[in-house]
Amino acid sequence: MNYHWNWWIFFEPSLDGTNTYLTTLFWGLGWTAATAVVGFTIALVLGSVVGVARTAPIGWVQTSGMVFVEVFRNIPLLVQMFLWYFVLPEVLPRDAGMWLKQFPNAQFYTAAVCLGFYHAARMAEVVRAGLLSLSRGQKMAGQALGLTLPQTYRYVLLPVAYRIVVPAITSEFLSCTKNTSVGIAIGLVELTGTARAMQENTFQVFEAFAAATVLYLALNMVIVFAMRSVEKAAVIPGLGNRIAGRGR
Amino acid sequence: MLSGFDFQTIVHALPYLFLTGMSFTLTLTLCATIGGMIFGTLLAVMRLSDNRILSVIAGGYVNLLRSLPLVLVIFWFYFLVPFLAQWLTGSSSPVRIDPFWSSVITFTLFEACYFCEIVRSGIQSLPRGQTLAASALGMTDRQALFYVILPQALRNMLPLILTQTIILFQDTSLVYVLSITDFLGAAAKIAQRDGRLLEMYVFAAVVYFIISLIASQAVRRLQKRVAIIR
Repeated sequence: MNYHWNWWIFFEPSLDGTNTYLTTLFWGLGWTAATAVVGFTIALVLGSVVGVARTAPIGWVQTSGMVFVEVFRNIPLLVQMFLWYFVLPEVLPRDAGMWLKQFPNAQFYTAAVCLGFYHAARMAEVVRAGLLSLSRGQKMAGQALGLTLPQTYRYVLLPVAYRIVVPAITSEFLSCTKNTSVGIAIGLVELTGTARAMQENTFQVFEAFAAATVLYLALNMVIVFAMRSVEKAAVIPGLGNRIAGRGR
Repeated sequence: MLSGFDFQTIVHALPYLFLTGMSFTLTLTLCATIGGMIFGTLLAVMRLSDNRILSVIAGGYVNLLRSLPLVLVIFWFYFLVPFLAQWLTGSSSPVRIDPFWSSVITFTLFEACYFCEIVRSGIQSLPRGQTLAASALGMTDRQALFYVILPQALRNMLPLILTQTIILFQDTSLVYVLSITDFLGAAAKIAQRDGRLLEMYVFAAVVYFIISLIASQAVRRLQKRVAIIR
């Protein structure tokens, strides 16, 4: 092979003049983590709302929940990214569009919101699966005690449902973290993006991508270990290791 | 909003979008599904085999690729495949690979990991008695696998496999990062050439949405029919 290996490349200054390539990679890792955390927070909140809506005994609420899930699940993430980044400012009223276009760190917020909505659709299915796995008696008992429907969800159904689906939430979080890399298409300088930039500037293809690979694996491991303790704490005694709704 | 929407741009772009773009996307989806299924089944059988070396190799490969983002894997193989081809063919310089074949290889190797997990759970969901019964009938391990285990496992797993194919169909849009003209790539090229981002991206989204929605509804229907066997 006539490939010229050069592992010292990481300590050479990158094109921005101040940081070494290694530092830029860690900045990329930081943006990846930040995008994943913000995006997944949105997904958890929005996904819970939609998931509850899909099980609610009100026709139009159920339907709108279903429409939300189908729309965000059946359009490729990359296309959604373009819609949020390029199309949304055009569709909004002129002033709002201008404001969006001049937003500092627009790529970061766009990617986070886009991932949030995309994974919200999948989280909604997870939450719904958790809710459906509960016996009907739970809901009836709640209502028999005189709780209103929202109270039944808040105090009876959701606390148990969440604990059942923690493993599925872990795998959604992992997939959300990986999906931040799609942000590269709108210019987000996350981990894959920094590796790609390093490769373009130095031609050290394999060193750059090997470093990104190692960093992704490390990030994965951190998430898996962190979530494992959450999973341990969330196990419902007596319910065995029943796992509901592992995404799709 | 609709007053400025230029349908004419879309109409003019239709032949390019579908004949060049969508045909690339669909061919890639088809080739990668077939290739991924074959390689994925092989990986699943390796993972479940009694040979520790084989199962560790397959397990390591699957877990590694499953923890990496597809975009990074696309870049990896895009640069790695020419060197691999050089090594395999013994040529003196990295071999130039057609972008289509490069993507087929990438998606086959990547999606095989997901198909592997599906097939593996399909095989594991079968009662152990099936394997025992096969060997009691005097079948070799290979015969048991091909005539008893795999046919049942694949039938049980058919809905999951097809769902994964729909995901694969959506994932192929990521070849955009290599500036390949798939359906989205074609839409993006017209969008930038004519300055019609709004029309082209909305149209692309609608087309992906309709195809994926119809396909996933069909899978749901099939799932109900296949589920009756048990």
